[in-house]
Amino acid sequence: METLSTLQIWIWFFSSLWPVWCAIFLTMGVGYVFRARLGLFGHLFDSGVGMLGLFICLFWFFAAILADAVALYEPLEQIVMYRRKPPGVINMETGLPFLFGTDTLGRDLFSRMIHGSRFVLIIAPAATLVAFVVGITLGLPAGYFGGRLDAVLSFIANLVLAFPVILLFYLLVTPGIRETVLPNIMAGVFFLFPVIFALIFVRARYLERPLVMLMASMVIVAVGGWLYFGLAFDYDVLGRFVGTLIGDPSLRFVRIEPNELNIFASVVFATSPGVFRIVRGLTLDIKTRDYVAAAMTRGERPTYIMMWEILPNARGPLIVDACLRVGYVTILLGTLGFFGLGLHPESPDWGSMINQTRGYIRLVPTIVLPATIALASFVLGLNLLADGLREQSLKD
Amino acid sequence: MSMLALTVVVYSLVTVEPNLRKMALNLNNIRMEEADVQSWLEKEGYKRPLYVQYTEWLGNSLQGDLGHSTLFREPVNSIIFEKLSHTGILMFWVLITMIPSALVIGIVSGMREGSKTDRSLSFFSIVTTATPEYVSGIIFTVVFASWLGWLKGVAKAGDVTLENFTLPVLTISLYGVGYIARMTRASMAEVMTSQYIRTATLKGLSFRSVVLKHALRNALIAPFTVIMLQFPWLLTGVVIVEKLFNYKGFGWLLVASADDNDINMTLACALVSVVLVISTQLISDIGYSYLNPRIRFK
Repeated sequence: METLSTLQIWIWFFSSLWPVWCAIFLTMGVGYVFRARLGLFGHLFDSGVGMLGLFICLFWFFAAILADAVALYEPLEQIVMYRRKPPGVINMETGLPFLFGTDTLGRDLFSRMIHGSRFVLIIAPAATLVAFVVGITLGLPAGYFGGRLDAVLSFIANLVLAFPVILLFYLLVTPGIRETVLPNIMAGVFFLFPVIFALIFVRARYLERPLVMLMASMVIVAVGGWLYFGLAFDYDVLGRFVGTLIGDPSLRFVRIEPNELNIFASVVFATSPGVFRIVRGLTLDIKTRDYVAAAMTRGERPTYIMMWEILPNARGPLIVDACLRVGYVTILLGTLGFFGLGLHPESPDWGSMINQTRGYIRLVPTIVLPATIALASFVLGLNLLADGLREQSLKD
Repeated sequence: MSMLALTVVVYSLVTVEPNLRKMALNLNNIRMEEADVQSWLEKEGYKRPLYVQYTEWLGNSLQGDLGHSTLFREPVNSIIFEKLSHTGILMFWVLITMIPSALVIGIVSGMREGSKTDRSLSFFSIVTTATPEYVSGIIFTVVFASWLGWLKGVAKAGDVTLENFTLPVLTISLYGVGYIARMTRASMAEVMTSQYIRTATLKGLSFRSVVLKHALRNALIAPFTVIMLQFPWLLTGVVIVEKLFNYKGFGWLLVASADDNDINMTLACALVSVVLVISTQLISDIGYSYLNPRIRFK
């Protein structure tokens, strides 16, 4: 059996990733040229740590997009002849090497690692975004009005935070729960927040121009409602309508697998209380500023002050926190995979890869490294990015 | 109050219909008919309204009877305390290694903000917070157990030896070190720029005595609360590490019972962890007012 030397493995590795490198340097070059207009993100080019973080994040971002072009094998393809091979073994039939070796079912670890980034890079930012919208929609009024509303919401948030995350997942992400309507109800509640948020946002902005407000609200309700029912309850109105017209009743434009919906809802549930606390704290702080007092004196209504005075001024810390939280959600998703909770056993996500390969480290020590290093590097990139952003935002 | 609310949530989640049916199948016969499952559940009292079952469970647990484990076929009490003691030993060593090293790293890097030591130590703490336990633990196992062969990749419970304990302790503490060190660094850096430190320096005191006598006490208030509030997090770490190294402690018990639909055991584990978390929060509040006289009521 032919194998590549260590040097050859790395040459193959770097050359097979050429579309990713090109995309990264293009993006960073364009960003560098226009750095003066990019605000906070432009300042990132002044900090070495931030640049490194940006580089790693862009690497995984483009790896996820270009996974089909980069990976040498299909992520689920099982080549039974080559099971648990060390890195660099060459497949005699096709002549392509298994760069990082194969797992116990003969699947190429390099290709699985690249494809695994897709799952993480879709779910983690999306779940963080929803958690942020939930946290902002509840945290702003809690901090602004205070009183009983604040007391009740803070109590609930502390309740969820006092719960060990792992226990929460063991109770929520199980096949038993998935058979019930609980994930749909949770998703139904959480996905409602973006729609409400957008409506309040538009209302606060265009109150003086009722026609614009009405049009915008109708668009939001139509699009938001379609996405809402399609995602949370698997009832895609548009898909079903078009489907019956062309004679394919199973057609869906938007859809999440039930197990992914379960994971998504649980992750949002575990993450949003933290966001709520931060937004509440920031609101309490910003509420005392002079420009808020000025807006109050002008007679602006509370929704306008919250949405257009407080929120934009809280964006700096929130962006930094969002970077950290995407990393944290990535760790959570890895934990789910590690415990084999909720995901398809075949899915090439990093946590499941770690769980499936870790039993064989006595035979092939390198077998777990691709997934572990991929996960750690992505989280590290996000942390460095957050650190760079914080450093730069403190400067001005 | 919050304890009560949490146990209600856990109870209703554990006893959802599909979980019960699976338990019935596990306990009796996998190929049982649907009607038999229903009648068995009826007989065992799982068909009563939820609040009746819950109050019964609560009453029993308040009297110290946590029920019977279906997985181990023993009373829950006899198992859970043994496993808790195993985890307690592990946690003791974790805290002993984690807290001093984190504080030292944080103080040294916060002492001179922006220096080379600060930069490299900060980078180190970012790296440790970015590697979750299941990543660092596996990398340690690969390096120390598979390649070098110094330590073992599995840890036996209740056997306190260097060979046995180093890897799990190192893995849990490494994840926490970075976080606590960053908090300490931030609070230390803030203290070092304050007026009274400048006064102390201008009085002509040596740098060492400024740091040790004036800065340290005030800088340690914030990390103290952080350490205490990290408890839910540490618990997650313990579960991961105990599963990773097959250490038969509390975390292992939680995973095993939740995997096996062992209702009483899962409830007991949840109860214990919730009690632990809430009591540490209480301790942190009391300790905070002890350390920081400004918020104490006269």
